[in-house]
Amino acid sequence: MTIPPGGVCAPGSTLVNKTGGWRTFKPVYDYDKCIKCKLCELLCPDASIDPRDDGFFEFNYDFCKGCGICANECPKGAIEMVLEEK
Amino acid sequence: MRRDYEKEKKDMVVVEGSYAVASAVKACRPNVISAYPITPQTHIVEELSQFIADGEIPNCEYVMVESEFSALSALVGSSAAGARSYSATTSQGLELMHEVLFNVSGMRLPVVMTIANRAVSAPINIWNDQQDSISQRDTGWIQLYAEDTQEISDMTAQAFKIGEDPDILLPVMTCMDGFILSHVYEPVVLLDDDLVAEYLPPFEPELKLDPKNPKTFGAFADPNSYTEFRYLQQQAMDKALKKIEDAADEFYDLFGRYYGGLIDTYETDDADIILMAMGSIVGTIKDVVDKLRAKGVKVGLLKVRSFRPFPVEAIHNVIKDAKVVVALDKNISIGLNEGALFTETKATLYNTKIDVPVIGFMIGQGGRDIPVETIENIVDEAKKVIDSGITVESQFTDLKEELL
Repeated sequence: MTIPPGGVCAPGSTLVNKTGGWRTFKPVYDYDKCIKCKLCELLCPDASIDPRDDGFFEFNYDFCKGCGICANECPKGAIEMVLEEK
Repeated sequence: MRRDYEKEKKDMVVVEGSYAVASAVKACRPNVISAYPITPQTHIVEELSQFIADGEIPNCEYVMVESEFSALSALVGSSAAGARSYSATTSQGLELMHEVLFNVSGMRLPVVMTIANRAVSAPINIWNDQQDSISQRDTGWIQLYAEDTQEISDMTAQAFKIGEDPDILLPVMTCMDGFILSHVYEPVVLLDDDLVAEYLPPFEPELKLDPKNPKTFGAFADPNSYTEFRYLQQQAMDKALKKIEDAADEFYDLFGRYYGGLIDTYETDDADIILMAMGSIVGTIKDVVDKLRAKGVKVGLLKVRSFRPFPVEAIHNVIKDAKVVVALDKNISIGLNEGALFTETKATLYNTKIDVPVIGFMIGQGGRDIPVETIENIVDEAKKVIDSGITVESQFTDLKEELL
């Protein structure tokens, strides 16, 4: 690969930078408590929460940095931050 | 300097320095101008906003912003979209842009910005020295310093040509001493629109923001590639050494005015003492050189026009046979007690076979007047170095002991 001036590249380059490796805590859903309100997906700053066909959501751990905003904002306490295990 | 004043006389008009800059920017056909007014830069952008309001710059938008940070941020977008982009600022405004300065150069956007050099706070001071732009020397911008109003006007066209060259793609600061040049009225030949059109081709970057062909600018670079970005910026700066000289030569061919490329010299061929300086002070130094030459003192002037890239080879060629070199700086690195021109010149001589003593003087800070006598005293200090070697490397000048 040669770098063009200024490193200008096609869109989507972020997909190759898997930022999930920086995480200390990871969020985990308790689907029994989830009311599918979508707040977690809307508020995730890394767009690393994906909708599922059944209306629930799942984390994309390749990109989740473990910031905990989803857990903090969930009105039902359905997300728990769990220490990442190697 | 090569100019035919007799030929120029009929085209000369007496205008304020800021007007000459604004008029030059107009002739360069910018597409976007964004700036926040700050003394002593204000008159430049006032004139430009008037030009745009009057429809005198076609296809140009003036973006009003609430701060200098926003002014340069707006130009990051416009320049990335392929628009020729211009701003002007000074002092605290330039320091407020610090973060964005790195973005502009890192994204290789050839924005041109005039700096009306001014002291930085605190204490608050609106008068001229060069601490503001020197403080930004490592941001990856080309920095050119002008001697007089005509030069800063002509340098504006050269700046666009240098920065927008596909081999360079770097932003350029053109620096003029605040008030001393920005607010002075003197005879100037304003840039001719048709000649500038011939000199400066339209800005057509190979890569630009386009909704039909999306691109990412300023993307993430991890430790695997960040070093290479810096290396490529340095390479572009190296190429700019030649481009700055070419731009000055081409300008001379078309307009008949030349102020030096990377540097200019005055009476240096057989000089024992060479004074180095940047900006308007070199005019005063030329007078001193004339005066002292008449008395038989072998003194010369090395005017540094390009501070970044730093013209190491060009400077060495001039100073290698001198008996002493004196750098005059309107700035200081507090804690090192040295001005930038002094530090850099001295550093470039290390590991070379050029054995010439270099001393430095910090001068004219916060707008303090620099009379001919001060320069003459400095030359006397330089003579002492020839006789007895360096006793003081770098010092303040004209300190008022009664205030200390």
